[in-house]
Amino acid sequence: MSLLDVKDLTKNFGGLTAVSGVTMHLEDNELVALIGPNGAGKTTLFNLLTGVIPPSEGTVSLQTDQGLQVLNKKKPYQVAQAGLARTFQNIRLFKDLSVLDNVLIAMTAKHKESFVSSILRLPSYYKKEVEMREEAIELLKIFDMQDKLDNLARNLPYGEQRRLEIVRALATKPKILFLDEPAAGMNPEETADLTRLIRQIQNEFHITVLLIEHDMSLVMNVAERIYVLEYGQLIAEGTPAEIQKNERVIKAYLGGES
Amino acid sequence: MKKNLKYNLIWLAIMIAGYIIINVLEFAGIMGQFAETTLVLIGINIILATGLNLIIGFSGQFSLGHAGFMAIGAYVCALITTAIPNALGMLLGLIAGAVFSGVVALVVGIPTLRLNGDYLAIATMGVAEIIRIILNNLKITNGPAGLYNIPMLATWPVVYLLVCITTIIIVNFIHSRDGRAVMSVREDEIAAESMGVNITKWKVIAFVVGAATAAIGGALHANYIQTIAPTDFGIMESINILIIVVLGGIGSITGTFVAAVVLGLLDMILQNFGTLRMVLYSLALILIMVFKPSGLLGTWELSIRRLFTRKSKTKGDA
Amino acid sequence: MHTILQQLVNGLSLGSIYALLALGYTMVYGIIKLINFAHGDIYMLGAFWGYYVINVWHLSFWPALITAMVFCAFVGMLTEYLAYRPLRHSPRIAALITAIGVSFLLENGMSYLFGSNVRNFPQAMAVKQYHLGGVSISNIQILILAVSIVLMILLQLIVQRTKMGKAMRAVSVDPDAAQLIGINIDRTISFTFALGSSLAGAAGVMIGLYYNSIDPLMGMTPGIKAFVAAVLGGIGLIPGAAIGGFVIGLLETITQALGFSAYKDAVVYAVLIIILLVKPAGILGKNIKEKV
Repeated sequence: MSLLDVKDLTKNFGGLTAVSGVTMHLEDNELVALIGPNGAGKTTLFNLLTGVIPPSEGTVSLQTDQGLQVLNKKKPYQVAQAGLARTFQNIRLFKDLSVLDNVLIAMTAKHKESFVSSILRLPSYYKKEVEMREEAIELLKIFDMQDKLDNLARNLPYGEQRRLEIVRALATKPKILFLDEPAAGMNPEETADLTRLIRQIQNEFHITVLLIEHDMSLVMNVAERIYVLEYGQLIAEGTPAEIQKNERVIKAYLGGES
Repeated sequence: MKKNLKYNLIWLAIMIAGYIIINVLEFAGIMGQFAETTLVLIGINIILATGLNLIIGFSGQFSLGHAGFMAIGAYVCALITTAIPNALGMLLGLIAGAVFSGVVALVVGIPTLRLNGDYLAIATMGVAEIIRIILNNLKITNGPAGLYNIPMLATWPVVYLLVCITTIIIVNFIHSRDGRAVMSVREDEIAAESMGVNITKWKVIAFVVGAATAAIGGALHANYIQTIAPTDFGIMESINILIIVVLGGIGSITGTFVAAVVLGLLDMILQNFGTLRMVLYSLALILIMVFKPSGLLGTWELSIRRLFTRKSKTKGDA
Repeated sequence: MHTILQQLVNGLSLGSIYALLALGYTMVYGIIKLINFAHGDIYMLGAFWGYYVINVWHLSFWPALITAMVFCAFVGMLTEYLAYRPLRHSPRIAALITAIGVSFLLENGMSYLFGSNVRNFPQAMAVKQYHLGGVSISNIQILILAVSIVLMILLQLIVQRTKMGKAMRAVSVDPDAAQLIGINIDRTISFTFALGSSLAGAAGVMIGLYYNSIDPLMGMTPGIKAFVAAVLGGIGLIPGAAIGGFVIGLLETITQALGFSAYKDAVVYAVLIIILLVKPAGILGKNIKEKV
């Protein structure tokens, strides 16, 4: 039984089929990449998996401590609470809030605070706040951002905004982390740094990572397994070495006659 | 932990000091009845506007229906205090008004808060108008004539106390886990949902808390002015509260206080100008907005904690 | 059956006034996303202009109508230039408050200068009642309907066929891109205000003739109703504003005819809320989902 099982996932927008009959699985603590040419439907697939848009057909089910959970009829926040967290291709931070608040918000669902104790500022409120704050700082430390707690997210440099998105996703304590082009717009040095970080968080937090990325050096470097999407359909699956040799993949990327 | 206690005590001291200063001024004859009326009305406006600021400034939902919830609080409290004309009646009236208003906000909010921006504004305005028209046609509310001879129970100390209580509740709400969730909805609904924040729930909670606050403002209004009629709670009243929020700075409770005081004083000074009063008032409004579009204070917030940390920092540097 | 037809006639003439006003709201909203709260007061100014030119200059209805349109177009452009242009890059809510300020200023300025009393609009045209199979319709009602429809067709032609109309549509879709291809944004926005305000001016003169009384606060309620109409039809869409206006006019007269005149406005708002819940972007509006 896989951690995440996706069966025949399909999405039609009007007459257009953006994702068609995708069947895939993610295992515990593995690092998988999803690649494909522009417009292949990668982000749509992410949106389907994380509940942002409902699928037309198919199922997504997650293995949890409470047994198998079907996610494809759930709202995005329920999917997130079940253990699927994501970042966005076009960064979507809470721009006018501080770095710390960005991370604390992601912890909302996992940390209950009673209305009465926060209104009356009971000792339990302060205790909880300190606890959450420390946890958030721990996470920010991994990404070397612990000195920027009070900066507004909008004032961070681009690379740090991307990293903050990852921290924020991790703060929801996910089982699976979906990264949508985390290295977009980064220079080779930053990309190398990010590659190391992705490996580190996968091991440290014992989570599964699914990654959309165009940077092939990053993909071939970190991915244990690769799915290739073209025109909304999966055309290949395998290890980096297998994918590099796959005829259909080469054709999809390079074009060429059939 | 001790520090937190210190900051809270300082705030408490400021509140008590404010109360004492105003009483001394009144006792010494520096402040007359007219000034006290102005103060009470400013206090009521602060209560109304902090509630609306929670909805507009912090949860980012554009409501134009605040007067409707104010009306519910005013009528419920007026009816109860007319039956029980003492402090107990006032307390009951305040609680009943806030609860009633909160329930209406809950029923209305769940379907309508799905709407975006200006569509929500117009829908909430519609809700407030429907509330007003119902009040205009019910027997118990005495139709268009409204209620009069309402006992004068919202004395200056009562209003002052309630300004403090509602502000503490709203400010503490904002600076908690709940408040952060509410603000994330304002910032980016899709990102908030993807982080496990149930956006509908937090929108509705902010809306209900804001509506309950409006009801408290309405109740005080009824028991201070002593007569209420449905026309007091029209679209213009919602707009007047909105003006305070925007003028002070959307998302700044300190700004709401400043704007309510500034507008209250402006109104007091302009009393002498007769019909020219509203012309000058509207000109002032336009000029402030043109030259300070983010409001008087923007999103700046007074914080004792920050004052202290800054002081200790400069000491450290020296 | 007769009463239904009669209400239909009354509703349509009232509705066409709302529609004319709603068009101004919707055009301004479409182009700068501003709820121009002062729009109802422009309509009041149109009515006052008509009142003065007919009484003082002894002009007849048509010149009064046309000069009122020109006058209101000018006032509309002036308010845009003085009050809204400085706020174009500010938060939308700040511009909204400014619009409310302008509305207060026009209402109270007129009360201060000319007094707040209600006055009778001069009878620039003798009222004639026609009876068609039991349904009575006055020449003024016919006039209102005809003028409104002609103006709406003209507006549609301007927006669809002229260069300025194309510029308006371009700016409303994407101001930055419009600027890049050489469209003068300031002029286009001015023109939009002029168009919308002139329609409001026409509506003002016609309502004066129809209801026979005008006062400085007369624009408040119809202004809000017209905005509701614009939202109902799908704000930013010209045909939507027309449909919304007629729907609200009909709803009001029908509720009145059924004997619920006390709940007239409540019915309008209830219908509005229900329609928005079913179609969150209004009757003709397309619900655009944000791209993730």
